[in-house]
Amino acid sequence: MPTTHLIAANEFCIYHNIEPSFIYSLQQSGLIEITVVEEKPFVDESELPQLEKLVRLYREMDINLEGIETISYLLQRMNEMQQQIVQLTNRLNIYENE
Amino acid sequence: MEFVDYYKILGVDKKASEDDIKKAYRRLARKLHPDLNPNDKDAHKKFQQVNEANEVLSDAEKRKKYDQYGKDWQHADQFEQQRQSQRQSQYSSGGQPFSGGDEGDFSSFFESMFGGSSRSRQTKFRGQDYNAELKLNLTDALETQQQTLTVNGKNIRITIPAGIENGQVIKLKGHGAPGVNGGPAGDLFITFSIVNHPIFKRAGNDLYTHASIDLYTAMLGGETTIDTLKGKVKLKVNPETQIGNKIRLKGKGFPVYKKEGEFGDLYVTYDIKLPTNLTEQQKALFTELSKLK
Repeated sequence: MPTTHLIAANEFCIYHNIEPSFIYSLQQSGLIEITVVEEKPFVDESELPQLEKLVRLYREMDINLEGIETISYLLQRMNEMQQQIVQLTNRLNIYENE
Repeated sequence: MEFVDYYKILGVDKKASEDDIKKAYRRLARKLHPDLNPNDKDAHKKFQQVNEANEVLSDAEKRKKYDQYGKDWQHADQFEQQRQSQRQSQYSSGGQPFSGGDEGDFSSFFESMFGGSSRSRQTKFRGQDYNAELKLNLTDALETQQQTLTVNGKNIRITIPAGIENGQVIKLKGHGAPGVNGGPAGDLFITFSIVNHPIFKRAGNDLYTHASIDLYTAMLGGETTIDTLKGKVKLKVNPETQIGNKIRLKGKGFPVYKKEGEFGDLYVTYDIKLPTNLTEQQKALFTELSKLK
């Protein structure tokens, strides 16, 4: 069974100097998942890069939660479309130089 | 090494207030930040310049020095002593230096004036992610293989599973840049670029190729031998085969990614070679044939 590494949410907040309410807001928006163990909130290690990215949007670019939600959605769409372009380009190769 | 106009980069006046600089930086960061422009090297490069400009102009001490010596940076001796002492002390940056994505080196201009990055925030950050591209021939992706890559002077041995696709990205956790202030290392993203094969085209797990047969085999049926990526295969050609007829060879395509023993199909399209330089006898026979239609 794979081991799950959890990071205490409050530790993350101290580490990055952010308010715990920000993490809860991200969870409520469905942008991250929080695991509760013995009534304490934890974040899965695999979520860290995403969470840190959201913190950067919030702190460095001064983007509010609504903006972060919109950007996350658009980035996800962009990523899907980029994958689609790669697939279509690969398919197009079949017809090249025919 | 050219003089770098940090005011121009941020699009602010020399008399800009601290608040103006902060606003200008944030405006450009929202546009160029690597988090918002994944895989856009141009945006990353521009953001590095913006970040560097902010690093200097948002710090009163550095800004003063830049304003004083900026254009005469060649006369570095004049402030060498000051630079030495600054290297030992830590800046208390008022700005918000970029802390993720493609954090890169500062320009030579910055290095010469300020002696390298002055990052001193205590916050721990994950190291930057590295991106690399690996070119493979189509035949290289036929079987699982191991390759050793050198990334930033470090040798990394990776396993490339058979069936990897053009444009596919593999993440190697923790093989990016080391974290800042003891933060975790970034990841290494390898994008595979599969070079087109002159004979076989690939779509997903299926392969496509052409086979040439002569007119007589096409009309009367017979056998032909074609090349596959794993050797030659003998095919039975049906009588009255037309140009462009396609046949499917099940399981003769590409290996399915991470599914050992599973393969796609190979599609063969027939091209028919028409005879040239006909002899008198052939011409007579074709004429006779044409009268029968």
